[in-house]
Amino acid sequence: MTPRLAVKDLSVRFGTDEGEILAVDRMSFSVEPGEVLALVGESGCGKSVTAMSVLRLLPSIASVSGSILLDDTELTTLSAAEMREVRGRDISMIFQEPMTSLNPSFTIGFQIGEVLRRHEGMSRRQARERAIELLELVRMPAPRSRVDEYPHQLSGGMRQRVMIAMAVACSPKVLIADEPTTALDVTIQAQILDILRDLRERVGTSIVLITHDLGVVADIADRVEVMYAGHKVESGPVDDLFENPQHPYTVGLLGAVPRPDLAGGIQVRLQEIPGLVPVLRSEPEACVFAPRCLRATTECREAMPPLELLQPRQHAACFHPGSRVADYSEGVSA
Amino acid sequence: MSENVLEVRQLKKYFSLPRSSGGSVRAVDGVDLTIGQGEVVGLVGESGSGKSTVGKCIVRLLEPTEGTIRLHGRDITTASRRQLRGVRTEMQMVFQDPYSTLNPRMTIGDIVAEPMQLHRLARGRELDTKVAGLLDKVGLASHLRHRYPHELSGGQRQRAGLARSLSVEPSLLVADEPVSALDVSVQAAVLNLLMDLQRDMGFSCLFIGHDLATVEFLCDRVAVMYLGRIVEEVNTTDLFRAPKHPYTQSLLSAAVVPDPKLQRTRQRIVLQGDIPSPINPPTGCTFHTRCPVAQLPLCSDTSPTLTDVTGRSHLASCHLITADGTAPDVTLSQTTENAWSKT
Repeated sequence: MTPRLAVKDLSVRFGTDEGEILAVDRMSFSVEPGEVLALVGESGCGKSVTAMSVLRLLPSIASVSGSILLDDTELTTLSAAEMREVRGRDISMIFQEPMTSLNPSFTIGFQIGEVLRRHEGMSRRQARERAIELLELVRMPAPRSRVDEYPHQLSGGMRQRVMIAMAVACSPKVLIADEPTTALDVTIQAQILDILRDLRERVGTSIVLITHDLGVVADIADRVEVMYAGHKVESGPVDDLFENPQHPYTVGLLGAVPRPDLAGGIQVRLQEIPGLVPVLRSEPEACVFAPRCLRATTECREAMPPLELLQPRQHAACFHPGSRVADYSEGVSA
Repeated sequence: MSENVLEVRQLKKYFSLPRSSGGSVRAVDGVDLTIGQGEVVGLVGESGSGKSTVGKCIVRLLEPTEGTIRLHGRDITTASRRQLRGVRTEMQMVFQDPYSTLNPRMTIGDIVAEPMQLHRLARGRELDTKVAGLLDKVGLASHLRHRYPHELSGGQRQRAGLARSLSVEPSLLVADEPVSALDVSVQAAVLNLLMDLQRDMGFSCLFIGHDLATVEFLCDRVAVMYLGRIVEEVNTTDLFRAPKHPYTQSLLSAAVVPDPKLQRTRQRIVLQGDIPSPINPPTGCTFHTRCPVAQLPLCSDTSPTLTDVTGRSHLASCHLITADGTAPDVTLSQTTENAWSKT
């Protein structure tokens, strides 16, 4: 199958007063039609920057290189006007903060309808009717009366539903969801995840899900890409990656989540990953995770491990791969 | 059984609304809570359930509307500001946001020293040693005492906040979502630290949170809140293995587990809608509007009381739990409503 979206060798640099920052370094990934791909990592790993660069939403201080193919269209060379046609119609995005991504001075019906008027040439009346249908689709209670309300009149969960309604208005090929449930309660999170699942199944939308919540990944993703300091450190199908993680960062992330259900009621210490995600100034010459890695050896500090196929469908960039949790916590630093 | 560190009886906190609308927000509407010596009690619920308000009333950052709060048997509900000074060495709070709870103009060392100075617990060289000891205890390198909060990471700031709270050696720590703002790996480190400190220092703790796995990891007993009331309360093992209240069952099933095989085969109940407004809460059982097994008119007419349903201190408030403690199974009621078929 040809991928719906193929990102190849994407690098993003930011020019700042304190010099250049390398936010994403030679990142490649692809999403098939109807697939849910999760980009996982902690704050500062470059997940959101990757997503923003696909939609070309980064500020002008960012310089982006690499290729982004949507079906057969190279997005990086499109003009601003051509890109506007793509946004909202072919690729759309849900942001983490539904509070700040809606315009407070327009009704939600107007904002959802705007997408339809712009891309589908609908009249105001048609767009309003379709907006009501979309609100129903995202399970907004009382859509016919809610459609004329303003964002401040809605709860956080309802605002996120409005964001999703806007994003799916034109049945996009790709939906990028940046931490879509992070600010929400678990019961609302479950509703939103169900809506995304339905969307994938009924419309065949490919979803790029950006999250740090491994539970959400386990729930909805087909494949996972783990990012660390702007680099892909591991990727693979969700089942394999959770069952048999290879990169010590992935092992650490999975061990950091409390799993009292596994411990049989005994309190077990959580895995800690000492240190912080580094800010890269230039292309690194050694493994980016080595300073925080207890498996790191001289080799890791001198060369950059390539992304290698370790399991049938699982890649990791590590000289000492393996899912051993014990040696990570005991420490085998050379 | 030693005496309880904290006893909260029928705590209510109403916030009055601006003139025209009249009425009030019933943030907390009759909460009973007891915490024993060295016990860690979790308080969970969705946003708007009133869990933070309970915490703030206990440390008297908010004035309770009704009810009593006893700390070591002493009624502090109406203690004056002066009287509260003495009480503050007994109870301390850790807040959610490590960015806004440390004074940006003080160094970490001064921040940690301040409570001990205010309460005249130490001075001079002794104070110095104590600050160094506390920083060491929470895992902050000694050179950080001369740094300002903005120079620290979120995890380091939360450690500094813990050191400040624990500097007066309180017997009760109220921790309001202390790890929610942190990244996963940092969260793990702070949770480990909190667990170690609690074991070493033996303080009692009210841990307020919305992440069920965290609460299960840390707490001995858990109380579940919905719309200002506790709907279920029991030891952690029983709550997670055999939840009785339909709300608890739904909440547990909605939480995601980082294990794809398990997560995808779990029986899930997706509650419809949002938590109702505490300005005009539903009649009867406040959960009946979202409850998958509600029996009308029973549940909408009469408010259930929180009672021991198993005889083993398993408190729950639901009309549908039978006398022998059998709880309604919400998973059986699930209707698979399909929103997409409508279009």
